[in-house]
Amino acid sequence: MALADVKQSATEARLAALSMPEGGCLAASRKAALSRVQTLGLPGRRDEYWKYTRPETLTAAEAPKASVFASDEAPMFNEFDRLQVVFVDGVFDADASDDLSLEGVTIDRIADICAQDIHWAKDLYGVLEARGQSPVARPLAALNTAFAQDGVAIHVTGTPRKPINLVYVHSAEISDAILHHVIRVEAGAEATILENGPAASRFNNCMEVDIADTGKLHLVRAQGRDHERRAVTHMFARLGSESVFKSFSLTVNGILTRNEAVIELLGDDAIAHVAGACVGDGEVHHDDTVFITHDAVNCESRQVFKKVLRNGATGVFQGKILVKKDAQKTDGYQISQALLLDDDSQFLAKPELEIYADDVICSHGSTTGAIDEEALFYLRSRGISTGEATDLLTLAFLAEAVDEVEDREMADAIVARLEGWLSRRR
Amino acid sequence: MLEIKNLHVKLEDEDKQILNGLDLTVEAGKVHAIMGPNGSGKSTLSYVLSGRDGYEVTEGSATLEGEDLLEMEPEERAAAGIFLAFQYPVEIPGVGNMTFLRTAMNSQRKARGEEELSAADFLKMVRAKAKDLKIDADMLKRPVNVGFSGGEKKRNEILQMAMLEPKMCILDETDSGLDVDAMKLVAEGVNALRDEGRGFLVITHYQRLLDHIKPDVVHILAGGRIVKTGGPELALEVENNGYAGILAEVS
Repeated sequence: MALADVKQSATEARLAALSMPEGGCLAASRKAALSRVQTLGLPGRRDEYWKYTRPETLTAAEAPKASVFASDEAPMFNEFDRLQVVFVDGVFDADASDDLSLEGVTIDRIADICAQDIHWAKDLYGVLEARGQSPVARPLAALNTAFAQDGVAIHVTGTPRKPINLVYVHSAEISDAILHHVIRVEAGAEATILENGPAASRFNNCMEVDIADTGKLHLVRAQGRDHERRAVTHMFARLGSESVFKSFSLTVNGILTRNEAVIELLGDDAIAHVAGACVGDGEVHHDDTVFITHDAVNCESRQVFKKVLRNGATGVFQGKILVKKDAQKTDGYQISQALLLDDDSQFLAKPELEIYADDVICSHGSTTGAIDEEALFYLRSRGISTGEATDLLTLAFLAEAVDEVEDREMADAIVARLEGWLSRRR
Repeated sequence: MLEIKNLHVKLEDEDKQILNGLDLTVEAGKVHAIMGPNGSGKSTLSYVLSGRDGYEVTEGSATLEGEDLLEMEPEERAAAGIFLAFQYPVEIPGVGNMTFLRTAMNSQRKARGEEELSAADFLKMVRAKAKDLKIDADMLKRPVNVGFSGGEKKRNEILQMAMLEPKMCILDETDSGLDVDAMKLVAEGVNALRDEGRGFLVITHYQRLLDHIKPDVVHILAGGRIVKTGGPELALEVENNGYAGILAEVS
């Protein structure tokens, strides 16, 4: 089917502004991705999947400007021993990065996949993204596969003693970063990957995660407080038997952030948790779009998304659980909640369940509410100021999402950050 | 300590007068009990004194040690020394009991220009006081009042009172929902806090609680006013004859 004229010309304009990197052994994958973009067209306002989030600035030929955010805080995860892999405006910075060697894991730039003949990465690049285009199209992810400037291939073969931290640095006011990471976790291996930092004025990040039977991956991401960023991220994950994938995102502010997670549970007894806590104040638009497919027996999935919004911030949640015919004994859970601190903010939620198996437990809920006045009075009657009481209740609201972070020290660090941010905005 | 003069209060949202010229003085070191039938304004009095929204004072005054309570925010009243033990303590999921207690204590200390309590001193203090009230470590760790039984909730109120050491304690139907043993425990907690510098206002339907917390003065509240004041024997009279007899006698 031919694309509508508007979509066709917008897509062409965007593609004209891009040049495909030397592909080498990935050339075929990149070209196939480009043809997906051309067939699908970039998202437009009339696309159902983009009903609540306007894609124009993400698809425009030129990246919008964003001033470089100056923070007086220590970088996120600073207190943890970690291996840092630094990208400046979407380009790997070897000098700023740590030595990439670490026992239990191999880290290479995607540019080196061909030279190093890294088979697993060659075989994974673009594959999960392509699978994720159905039943819902994600053209910005295909665009990423075709044009990614940089990224890393992370091969987890053991249990590295510290997390791998992908650090994104924003340097130029107009910068258009496209990063693509491929991650393979082998059987019995386990690792934690951290992501943080403002990446560019516009950021398109794609991660393909392939977890073998009994492998485990933890992903903790922090976005913000850079206010002017525009970011779209895709996380594609494929899980083997008895494997575990847990992801948590902390998002603070940002003119436009859309985080998509596309997860397939393909082996029996696998577990996938995706969670997010978002604090938006002012001109903020935050969109969590999740699609989890159960295609094996006795798997568990959890989606826990919490948003605190004020001063005109908008939150979006589109979350789906698809349970295929043979995915018996599925345990699916989905909750999306917003706490609106004033009348100017809004939360738009579209929870979906599509179930073809008959022996499953799937629960979902979505709520929008204000601060509980009874609780607020109770706290104040004990001498706690309105501001501090509101912060306590706000943190309590976010706790269910933050609790999804398995590492308690990490969870505490996240709560401490949130406390700081909330109190400075009081 | 607490001085209430000619207090008139109506509901903010409807034209309904609840308190109609209430006069009451609670001296430091004394326990005053307020008894009265349903709808007489007992809970309203406790809420107006602690600063809950939804009520409008149309006339009269309420002061604590000469300071105008009605002009203060709820947190300022707490720092000034008012404590309300709630009839229905609120459950707050996600806020740990310890965090709550510590935040409250330090907020009050800060408001009074005192130094914050160190984590170690706080822990020591809370453990000792919790032990007296048979509150175990698990209850302290759990979110505020979440999953607590009726008795546990009331004990948790008394623990807060013991930690915050207020000047004026208002107990709103603290006996409701308690079995005899729990009531004894709560009463012991309250009695342990009786002190020359502290006043108590115990609001209750029944005489039962007053067997354990012996009042110095008993007031009967009806139609938004104190209609009769007496000693502990007045509570017994209510127990034996009900409110009807007293109210008939007063009118």
